[in-house]
Amino acid sequence: MPAEAIVEVRGAGKSYDGTVEALRDVSLALPQGGLSTLLGPSGCGKTTLLKIIAGLIPPSAGEVWVKGKKVDGPGPERAFVFQDFALLPWATVLRNVAFGLELRGVTPEQRHDIARGYIEKVGLKGFETSYPHQLSGGMRQRVGLARALAVDADIILMDEPFSSVDEQTRRKFQEELLDLLKIERKTVIFVTHSIEEAAYLSDQIVLLSPRPGTVSRIIHPAIERGGKNPDEIRRDKNYLDVVDEIWQILKRYVV
Amino acid sequence: MAQQRFVWPLISFVFVFGLWELAGRWPISLAFPPFSKTALALLRMTVDGSLPKAYLSTLQPLVIGIVLCGIAGIGFGIGMGLSRTIEWFSLPIFIILQAAPMAAIIPLITYIYGIGLTAKVLAVVVLAAPVVVMNSYKGIRNTNASLVQMCRAFLGTRRQEVVKIILPHAGALIFAGLRLGLAMGFIGIVIAELMITPTGIGDLISYHSSVADYPEMFAAIFSIIALAALAIHGLERLERKLFPPEIRGA
Ligand SMILES: Nc1ncnc2c1ncn2[C@@H]1O[C@H](COP(=O)(O)OP(=O)(O)OP(=O)(O)O)[C@@H](O)[C@H]1O
Ligand SMILES: [Mg+2]
Repeated sequence: MPAEAIVEVRGAGKSYDGTVEALRDVSLALPQGGLSTLLGPSGCGKTTLLKIIAGLIPPSAGEVWVKGKKVDGPGPERAFVFQDFALLPWATVLRNVAFGLELRGVTPEQRHDIARGYIEKVGLKGFETSYPHQLSGGMRQRVGLARALAVDADIILMDEPFSSVDEQTRRKFQEELLDLLKIERKTVIFVTHSIEEAAYLSDQIVLLSPRPGTVSRIIHPAIERGGKNPDEIRRDKNYLDVVDEIWQILKRYVV
Repeated sequence: MAQQRFVWPLISFVFVFGLWELAGRWPISLAFPPFSKTALALLRMTVDGSLPKAYLSTLQPLVIGIVLCGIAGIGFGIGMGLSRTIEWFSLPIFIILQAAPMAAIIPLITYIYGIGLTAKVLAVVVLAAPVVVMNSYKGIRNTNASLVQMCRAFLGTRRQEVVKIILPHAGALIFAGLRLGLAMGFIGIVIAELMITPTGIGDLISYHSSVADYPEMFAAIFSIIALAALAIHGLERLERKLFPPEIRGA
């Protein structure tokens, strides 16, 4: 492990209603400042695992430790980007982005100031007064991302943040995300369906087996990013090897 | 476009009133006056003050009753939606009340409260409250689970969850309940005036009917129907303005 673990999952399991077993005995360590992805077939429990780490769902077994403390609910050091955006339909982009700060009692001027900054960073400048229904899916996801960044948490939990955008936009977002994370120095846990995305973005890839989700492999892509542009990285031998390695594992799960 | 909005309703009014005029002149019954005579009677009653006076005594208990429902009914419905305990002991009652023909108990009110203002207000409340309470309850219950979870993820307290997520989300349904409640309130007040306290518009209807002034009777009936329709239509428009479908997130 290159850096100290900021999140540790120890033997986590989850059964919904005592019947549907979504996760079984998952143990993970997520390095500080790194980007880890959770990858696995649909329904394998990725969202469930992410929400357990977020403290939104209690695990049926095992425990989660964040920054040396046992998780028993959401905390200020974690922020969540939801798969379904979870934006207030009756609030403007500005209020949505500032909502986490609003809940914390930050004054309107202060929180709107901060929110404006992140709205610009995610490329939504000019849409401050728009409502979610006036935005495209990709724009809504960026509102959700800006909201998570605005509360200045150390750990950002992202549930398929790029699922509703086309391939070109997705690549652009990935670049922007990498840049942003470099500047903001966040630890990111990222759920995705895309092997390429996982290989391209991650320091650590956690492969989950089909339901009940267990850790089937942890891969640390050692892709040399320094000084290379995105297209060179995508032709990098390490990158291609990682993509192939993941595919060899995942294709066994596809029937 | 703006003109069209007025043209079609106008055509439909002309059509309906025209048919009414024809049917009244034919005549299908001696007790059915044509539109023109009814309109004249309406004018007469307005000028001689009997109609305004009747409405004063009809609208007072209606407004009081609806305001009561608006405060207590909505409050109770919200409480039912938020608290399992309140839900547990009161939901069955309101399910029965909503399904039951509540008009049947209006005569009972007279036994207890006599024939004054209280009885009329109660008649309105008895009819309007169930739908107001149930709509508020359903509004709270149908809350968006994903938004509530988002609120928790960003460290919202239970209070913030209610004030910033659940209530705004339920607003449209609660308001719709108030509108349906008003419609029921109109029914309640007319029944009360026809059956228990001979005052107001109900009295005007039954009096003119008993002395065979059919145009006056119809004018009174027509006026209360028109008033109810206008009031409810007004609330519906207000509802759409306050809670446009695209931002209410229901
Ligand atoms: N609230 C719930 N109640 C019951 N079962 C649930 C609930 N949430 C999820 N499940 C079940 O748990 C399993 C894992 O769900 P989860 O949403 O974590 O999967 P996922 O890996 O995120 O899937 P996807 O890639 O499609 O988003 C699924 O089989 C799902 O049916
Ligand atoms: Mg999911």
